Amino acid sequence: MADLYPPIVNGKSVYDLNSGKYLKMWQGPQHPGVTGNMSLELIISGDQVVDCKTHVGYLHRGFEKLMERRRYINCFPIVCRICVPEPDTNEYLFAAAMEELLGVEIPERALWLRTLNLELSRLASFLMWTGGQSGAFGHGTVAQWALAHRDYVLDLFEEWTGARIYHMYMTPGGVRGELPEGWTKHCEQVLAGVEKLLGEVWHVMFNNAVFKSRAVGLGVITPDMIDHFGVVGPVARGSGMQRDVRKDSPYLVYDKLDFQIETETAGDTYARAVVRWKEMHQSISLIRQILKNMPASGPLHVTLPNVLHLKVPAGETYVRAESTRGEYGYYMVSDGSAYPRKITVRGPSYSHAMALLEHLAVGVNIADTHGLMLSLHTYPPEIER
Amino acid sequence: MKELYDTISLQFTLKDFHQQKPNLAFATAEKQQLIALLTYMRDVHRYTHLVFVTAVDWLEENRFQITYMLHNYDIKADFGIRVMLDRDKPVMESIHHLWEQGRVYQRELHEMFGIDFPGSPGVNEPMILEGWQGPPVMRRDFDTAKYSLETYDHRPRDTREPESHMKEKLYPED
Amino acid sequence: MSYMDKTTGIPEQGITPPIPDTGEMPDREWRKDDKTLTNAELTLEEQDWFCDARPTPAKPAWGPVEKFYNWARANSLWILAFGTGCGAIELRPLVTARYDISRLGMQPRPTPRQASVFMIGGYVSIKTLKRIVRSYEQMQGPKFVVAVCSCAINGGMYWDSYNTVKRIDQYIPVDVYVTGCMPRPEAVMAGFSKLKELILAGKAEGQNLYAEKFDWYKANQKQVIKDWNMPDYNW
Repeated sequence: MADLYPPIVNGKSVYDLNSGKYLKMWQGPQHPGVTGNMSLELIISGDQVVDCKTHVGYLHRGFEKLMERRRYINCFPIVCRICVPEPDTNEYLFAAAMEELLGVEIPERALWLRTLNLELSRLASFLMWTGGQSGAFGHGTVAQWALAHRDYVLDLFEEWTGARIYHMYMTPGGVRGELPEGWTKHCEQVLAGVEKLLGEVWHVMFNNAVFKSRAVGLGVITPDMIDHFGVVGPVARGSGMQRDVRKDSPYLVYDKLDFQIETETAGDTYARAVVRWKEMHQSISLIRQILKNMPASGPLHVTLPNVLHLKVPAGETYVRAESTRGEYGYYMVSDGSAYPRKITVRGPSYSHAMALLEHLAVGVNIADTHGLMLSLHTYPPEIER
Repeated sequence: MKELYDTISLQFTLKDFHQQKPNLAFATAEKQQLIALLTYMRDVHRYTHLVFVTAVDWLEENRFQITYMLHNYDIKADFGIRVMLDRDKPVMESIHHLWEQGRVYQRELHEMFGIDFPGSPGVNEPMILEGWQGPPVMRRDFDTAKYSLETYDHRPRDTREPESHMKEKLYPED
Repeated sequence: MSYMDKTTGIPEQGITPPIPDTGEMPDREWRKDDKTLTNAELTLEEQDWFCDARPTPAKPAWGPVEKFYNWARANSLWILAFGTGCGAIELRPLVTARYDISRLGMQPRPTPRQASVFMIGGYVSIKTLKRIVRSYEQMQGPKFVVAVCSCAINGGMYWDSYNTVKRIDQYIPVDVYVTGCMPRPEAVMAGFSKLKELILAGKAEGQNLYAEKFDWYKANQKQVIKDWNMPDYNW
């Protein structure tokens, strides 16, 4: 047993690939368990991972380059494509960064509608994660339920904005349209359905012996790793960190809403799953609060000058928002022309999927790598943009 | 944030202070002092979270700007530290020993801008592009539309450039 | 486990210390030529294809038998679950309870060897194109390609990107296109119905086209994919 695992020198495993004891294998990009289009290069001994290397770049489209040669308003349709399952955070942050540089204040009702949009997209993204996480541990049924309910949320989006996936709702200066008639009622129906689903998920998934025995103790993140690896969002909250951008630096109308930061202390896959389960309840509660407290009428956007001729004053800024994976940010540098000088997208998956996953995967059973990957909730398109 | 800037200025050479928001400020630091400054900020002023590292290409002034954004969770404030590099000789010291994800950012910057970070693990390995033979792509003198038109076949169709088309329609006298 | 000695700030073992800046640019070339690529030492044949042998066009069987084959093929379309772009996100609603594509005899398969339909989901970056070609060549015949999203047709939003191809049919043969960004699941299902019609009529001949014009496809692929090296295994 002693020589089963390779010796560790300078923090790195030393192994001889030709010794016949270690197997090098790739998971992805063509692999159903990998989150999106990325790959893991694994060295395994028996069924335990000895070394892991993340390979990304399969989805690289060069957004930051493309945005340099588009006018601000022409950037707007492509920013939401950066993160497919949760595009609204991108729209909001791009609009917010632009408004901040322009010095534009958006109307009250637009703030509420934006918050509503963000929370609803958080709910959809979490439901998608539920499907992935349960599927990775062999719960196909929960995956079917969660994805079907995500589709009902997408139906709400469709009724509201006209699109299922890419809504392009939050334009610079406000929002694009009013809530349709009767939408609130439909929303309440869907929320009730999701709430019922969450109760069932708790019984079927979180109390399941297989799920528990595989998720508890998998991929433990200790509090002193948080800052060293740049861990944010539900992953950090699963390790007991009281960190949530919505509370720390409230944007939109989050300071008028009543919610608590949900945390767990174990720091493993199970704790992160529980945090996300609680946050789905939190999102539902927030959506209900927004629908209740939102001003009934009011202007939806301010009038900007002709956006095709719009020049943004020189300056730089950084805005952030809480997505389902954690802190999402846009760093915008303007040189005073009609084209952005540089827009950097800070996706939370960037640090989670590269440095952190490579560290956590060592010692994990090969069947659990996908569960681990999903518990970090990585979306590859925001890594490589 | 101004007090913080004044405190740091006692030990480090800083300039171009700019307060963007109440909890967000930027300053430009000297290249030689950067690692010491980041360590000082992290350990003394509790700016423990490295939000991102990115580069901006100022082609006209022939220099790169690298921005290190730090976040303090105790007072919920951001401090962006800018460093200016010579564009002809872009070498920067590595921060991979301060933050683990620093090496990933540096790998990306090396590939996208051609900025070198000696000593950073795996900085020479291609991260995103595979078999790329052109110049670093994010530099402003690389024209992506020209490259795309030359390299990839495009499907013939009737196209109108939105800008000139709308200009013709909306502002014919311009 | 602590990553840093809190008192001294000196990294523990395992983190290579940084190299102090000497002010000199290290002699490193980021610009690669053909000789420095990782595939430089491969033989020409190894660089050429990912399959064991050159594909040959399949001859149709005797009339009624071929019709029976086509009926069977059209009713068991198994999709390769390779999400190459944004379009992959609509594959999940498609295979789960809401749209439930399995009532049409389709299901996602994890490996190319069990799949008969390749669903290209949107933009194709160069790095993915290499994997697409490899997966496509590993698929057993009869095989069909459905390209979803505008980006696969003409580049879409990323028409000026340096890293995405604009016409996927230059590199692998496409039987059915589905337009839209993003196409709705119903649109994708309509695309599959169209594919069924084509198969029943014996017109979905992409696989044979690939075999006949193999050299043309390979030349196109080689024009954009510079690094042909396969991932290395030790077995």
